[in-house]
Amino acid sequence: MMSAYRVLPGPEHFLPPAAASMGIRLPNPGEAHINGVIVPEDQAYEEAARQFLMAKVPTIFPGPLVLWAWNEKAAKKATAIRHLFETLKECVQPGQKPMLIPMPDYRPKYPKINPEIEINPNHPNLTIWHNKIDCCMFIGVHCHQANLSLKIIRGGTSCYTIAMCAQAGHEDAMLSFRDASVEKIMKLAETVKRLKGTVQPRLSAAKN
Amino acid sequence: MAETKSLIGTQNKKGQTYTDPWKMLNEAPRTPSFFTGSEVIKEAIRRASCDIMIAYPITPQSEAAALIGELFAEGYVGDYFRGESEFAVMSQCAGASFGGARVFTTTAGPGTMRAMENFPMWAGARLPIQMIVTCRGINSPLSIQPDTLEISYLLNTGMLVWHAETAQDFFDWILKGFIVSEEPDVHLPLALCCDGFFVTHTKDVVQLTPADMCLPPYDPYRSPVPCMDMECPPVRMMRDPFIMKSNYISYATHASWQQEVWAAVERSRKHTIHWLNGLIDTENTDAEIMIVASGTAVSQGREAIRMLEDEGVRCGLVKVKTLRPWPEEEIREATKHAKHIFVPEFNVTGWLAKEIRATIPDHHRVHAGPHVCGGMTMPPEIIVSEIKTALGMKTFSLAGRGS
Repeated sequence: MMSAYRVLPGPEHFLPPAAASMGIRLPNPGEAHINGVIVPEDQAYEEAARQFLMAKVPTIFPGPLVLWAWNEKAAKKATAIRHLFETLKECVQPGQKPMLIPMPDYRPKYPKINPEIEINPNHPNLTIWHNKIDCCMFIGVHCHQANLSLKIIRGGTSCYTIAMCAQAGHEDAMLSFRDASVEKIMKLAETVKRLKGTVQPRLSAAKN
Repeated sequence: MAETKSLIGTQNKKGQTYTDPWKMLNEAPRTPSFFTGSEVIKEAIRRASCDIMIAYPITPQSEAAALIGELFAEGYVGDYFRGESEFAVMSQCAGASFGGARVFTTTAGPGTMRAMENFPMWAGARLPIQMIVTCRGINSPLSIQPDTLEISYLLNTGMLVWHAETAQDFFDWILKGFIVSEEPDVHLPLALCCDGFFVTHTKDVVQLTPADMCLPPYDPYRSPVPCMDMECPPVRMMRDPFIMKSNYISYATHASWQQEVWAAVERSRKHTIHWLNGLIDTENTDAEIMIVASGTAVSQGREAIRMLEDEGVRCGLVKVKTLRPWPEEEIREATKHAKHIFVPEFNVTGWLAKEIRATIPDHHRVHAGPHVCGGMTMPPEIIVSEIKTALGMKTFSLAGRGS
C-alpha cells in the first residue's frame, strides 16, 4: 500500500519520523523518488536541476567516500562533482551563490564545529543556518550518516535535500537517486546546463 | 563504491563456486537429505562463505556450534574459536563484524539473555551478524527444554527476528538471511530463531543445494557505516556517546540514530518479501476460524486443522515467518474474515498474541492460546480442544487420565 506521507522541506517536527517508518519505500534500479513518490530516474534529473537553479544558495556536500582518493572510482567521482559545481556556478544568475562544503569525516565535533566551512552529520542544521542554504545535495556520504543528517535537516530547516546515493537511495531526502556513478553526476550537470535560463530563481532570503 | 569486481563464477579455496544467490537457492538442483536441525545448520554454513564463527556451549545449540568447528577444520569457515561466555562471544562477534567479516554465531536461552546488552549495540552499529537462537527455557528453576520466551526480549533490540518452523526453513533462511541483512539499506543483525530440540534434535528430510556452490563473500564496502574507525561513530559513539553532551542537538542526533535503525528494519521488508516469498504463509484465509502461529506451533496448528476438518470444522492458518519486520498489513488482510483467531504458543506470556492484538481491528477476536511452556509439548488435540471450547462444542479434557 502506498503511503500518504510525503517527504517535504521542513521544519517538520521537534523529532521528525524516519520516512521509512512512515511507509516510504526506496526506488528500484532505474528509478528515483521525489518527496517519497517513486519516479523514473530521468524525471529526477529534471527536478534536481530545477531545484538547484531555483535556490539562492545551492550547495553540494561531498562526503568521505568521494573526498578521499581511496580508489580510482572515488577520484573520478570527485572530478565529476567538481564539474557539477563549476556548471552550477556558470548557470546561476547574479544573487545566487553555489557552494561546495565538505563533510570530511563523521567525528562528533565538540566543543564546537566551524559550520561555515564544513558540515557534520551530527549537527548539519548549523551549516544550513550559517550559510542560509536552501537546497543541498549529499554525495559520497555513508548511508547511515546521510540518513541521520537528512532527518535532522528536515526536522529543523526548510532546506530542500537531494541525495546522490551510491547504494539504494535515501527516503529521508526530498529527492533521491540511487546507484550513483560518474555518468549520473555528469548527466545531472548536463541537465543543469540545459535548463539554464529556464528556471526563475528564488532570490528572497532563504528561510531556514 | 568499492573497486570490487564480482566473484561470481570463481572458486574459493575449497573448490566451491561463488554462485548468484538467486540461482543457487531457486534454480540449482536440490538433494534430499535426512538430517537433524543442527546438521542442517552446519550444511547451510558450509555454503555461506562465513569468515568467522564464534562459539560457546549451551544446550540445545552446542551440537551445531561443535559441528561448525568441524567445518572450520575442513576449511569451510575462515576462523573459529570459543569465547569466555555468551557476553564475550557477542562482543567478539561485534569486533569481527566491525572489521568487515561475515560473522555467524549460535546461542540459546540463558545465553541469549546473558548476551542481551550486545544486541541493540549490534543493531545500532549496523552490524549484519547472523545469530541462530535455538530457543529454550530461560527462567529459574532451570529448564533446558523448548520455550520461546526469549524471542520476546529480542523484538525491541533493532535486530531482524525470523522464526523458522522446520529444518528446511532453517537451511534456506540461514543463506537468505545473510543476503537480506547485508543489503546496504538494511545492514542489520539477524536473530534466526527456532524451537530448540523440536527442530535442532529431530531428523527431517531437507532439500539441500549443491555443496559445490556457495554464497558470494560479504562486501564490507557496501556498509552504511565505515569499517572500524576508532574516531567515528559508531565506534566512537560507544566510548564518547552523544548523550554525554547535554544539549538538544546531541539528543536529537542520538534519537535520529535510533530512528535510522528501525528505518532499516522497515527497509528489510522489501528484500525479505522477495527472498522468503512473503512475510507470512497462509491457508484458507476465507475461514471464520484462523490459527496464527510461528515456529513449530505452526506445525501443530496444521495438524489441528486436519483434525478439525475430520469433524467438519473449517479452519485457516497464518504462518508468521518474520517477527521483525512485523507483517502487520499481511496479518490484518489474512484475518479479515475471521471471527475467531487462535494463537498457540510455546511460552507463558503469549507475546505473539499480544503483537497480533495490537495489529488487527476487533482484537477481541484473538484467543491467546493454547499456551504451553517449560518444555511441554503441544499436542494438536489441545489446540482442537481450545477451538471447540470457544465455539461451544463438546470436547474432552486432556488434563490427565484421572484416578
